[in-house]
Amino acid sequence: MNDVPMHYCPGCSHGVVHKLVAEVIEEMGMSDKAIGVSPVGCAVFAYRYIDIDWQEAAHGRAPAVATGIKRLWPDRLVFTYQGDGDLACIGTAETVHALNRGENITIIFINNAIYGMTGGQMAPTTLLGQKTSTCPYGREASLHGYPLKITEMAAMMEGTCYVTRQSVDTVASIRKAKKAIRKAFQASMEGKGSCLVEIVATCNSGWKLTPVQANKWMEENMFPFYQKGDLKDTI
Amino acid sequence: MGKIRGAIVVNTDRCKGCGLCVESCPQDVIARGKRVNVHGYPFVEVVKGDACIGCASCAIVCPDGCITVYRKKMEE
Amino acid sequence: MKAMADREVTLMKGNEAIARAAIRCGVDGYFGYPITPQSEVIETLALEKPWETTGMVVLQAESEVASINMLYGAAGAGKRAMTSSSSPGVALMQEGIAYMAGAELPGVIVNVQRGGPGLGTIQPSQSDYFQATRGGGNGDYYVIVLAPNSVQEMADFVDLAFELAFKYRIPAMILSDGVIGQMMEKVVLPPFKPRRTEEEIMKECPWATFGCIGGRKPNIITSLELQPEAMEAHNIHLQKKYDEIRRTEVRYETQQCDDADYIIVAFGSAARIAQKAIEIAREEGIKVGLFRPITLWPFPSEQVDAVARGKKGVLVAEINAGQMVEDVRLAINGKEPVEHFGRLGGIVPDPDEIVNALKTKLM
Repeated sequence: MNDVPMHYCPGCSHGVVHKLVAEVIEEMGMSDKAIGVSPVGCAVFAYRYIDIDWQEAAHGRAPAVATGIKRLWPDRLVFTYQGDGDLACIGTAETVHALNRGENITIIFINNAIYGMTGGQMAPTTLLGQKTSTCPYGREASLHGYPLKITEMAAMMEGTCYVTRQSVDTVASIRKAKKAIRKAFQASMEGKGSCLVEIVATCNSGWKLTPVQANKWMEENMFPFYQKGDLKDTI
Repeated sequence: MGKIRGAIVVNTDRCKGCGLCVESCPQDVIARGKRVNVHGYPFVEVVKGDACIGCASCAIVCPDGCITVYRKKMEE
Repeated sequence: MKAMADREVTLMKGNEAIARAAIRCGVDGYFGYPITPQSEVIETLALEKPWETTGMVVLQAESEVASINMLYGAAGAGKRAMTSSSSPGVALMQEGIAYMAGAELPGVIVNVQRGGPGLGTIQPSQSDYFQATRGGGNGDYYVIVLAPNSVQEMADFVDLAFELAFKYRIPAMILSDGVIGQMMEKVVLPPFKPRRTEEEIMKECPWATFGCIGGRKPNIITSLELQPEAMEAHNIHLQKKYDEIRRTEVRYETQQCDDADYIIVAFGSAARIAQKAIEIAREEGIKVGLFRPITLWPFPSEQVDAVARGKKGVLVAEINAGQMVEDVRLAINGKEPVEHFGRLGGIVPDPDEIVNALKTKLM
């Protein structure tokens, strides 16, 4: 982690997750072997804040980019950092196939149920009834389909070895999320298969709440649907 | 056994005033102030420094890495 | 013995030649998705198992979109990587090619063209000339485009494309078609060249993302820049690079142009048909020469203009509705008459048709 001030909104979960990723890389002594792939979305500039090599991928293609890097530099720590629109919508094919092939990469998946960067539109993970600028009367299954649980899909795949859902809203949850990221990175280095670490996160700007209210909303609405914990662990 | 006393320093230029640290502090050491920084954010300030136990909760939840925590073991 | 084996003449398809040349040229990785008429590239690689010999990675991706982005990742990490596809698949890759152009990544894309638009046909065509030579994706950019006219050139251009791609940090495309891809012909494969070592890659590609070895400053591969002044500067830098390539990398071939009254301009498989057409025309007493652009971008504009100067006319023979003819007209700029002849929809013209077109359009 460097000293560059982050461009994220006040209270954004990205800052905490960036910090955890940076800490884990540092603690594992992998700063010289880590290659991150940043998405299109709010985290597009992730490369400005963590001092490792990065590639910025086209929207949704990070798992394919990571596949290309990891296959040709198998002893490097290769991970992607993606939001719900990038990973679970436009990049679903790349996500599913990279995980299913068992690429030895880790996917860090920030799920805040909304498109943050473009200004609060409906995401594949937007909850039923949740209001966004493209479902201003609330998401309706008959009109917009259902929220996608891509982490549950990942857990069913032969190629994955560790699939978990965490959050970073409290001190205890942040500590657990960090352990999960570390476990995933270690599995990637040991060649055990694909890892997916979903972080259920807030987007208080998109949700039009204060950061503190956003945490409460997440707890009350997101956690019952996106249940936290390990969905798969074969490490 | 010595009691732990803590002290925190907030980088007020960097703070965006999200208030997550205020919420996380078990001792109500920090509060959002009335002043704003150069970016226009109402930054947080230490209001009850004596009560700090150095638990670092504020620093852990801070998304922008604005808080440094110092801890000292006090003699009985 | 090895040297002799290296010069061995063998019979194979153009697609197979691409694959075998790639293994011999020290390519690090191939990512592709099956599509007719180029699937023999990945099939040959799968049969050859180069990961057991040279260590070359071969991966069948889930789509052309994934293939090109795997190439982006590998190229961004300094490796020699390539993909191949045919027209509809290459259309899907355009986003990734534009990102590679923006981030200045070297890589090789083979397009074994088929007719379009849309799903079109699986028969050969040259109708992706515009797409290949005008960038193809979004933004102001070009890729180097090499047009082989034989199985031998399919084999030879793999290494050439990589050399150019890495020299200029630019994607390079081999624009072939279903004729050259599927045709069997004798070929001498290029000599073995080992894959570069990690040290060589780090030296050749200090910009690449292979990890901050020795605590060096992080390398960032991106095409994003939100400050308009910085983005303009980046674009100007790209344009300067393109100008340098225009000055130094033009490749072409001429045949029997000196005494000719007419010039046929043709590339790739159309140039082979044109060769036969020239033979027929000369038997009839019509003096015709051939100008064959080998690099379609940079286009040999000055050279075609010089060759055509004072001739009675120029016929551009293509297997499309008239694409390269625009570049020829721009080059000749009205000084001599320029006409086009082409067949569409996967129909490959006969030499006689070209001779007839020459007579009816220019004589």
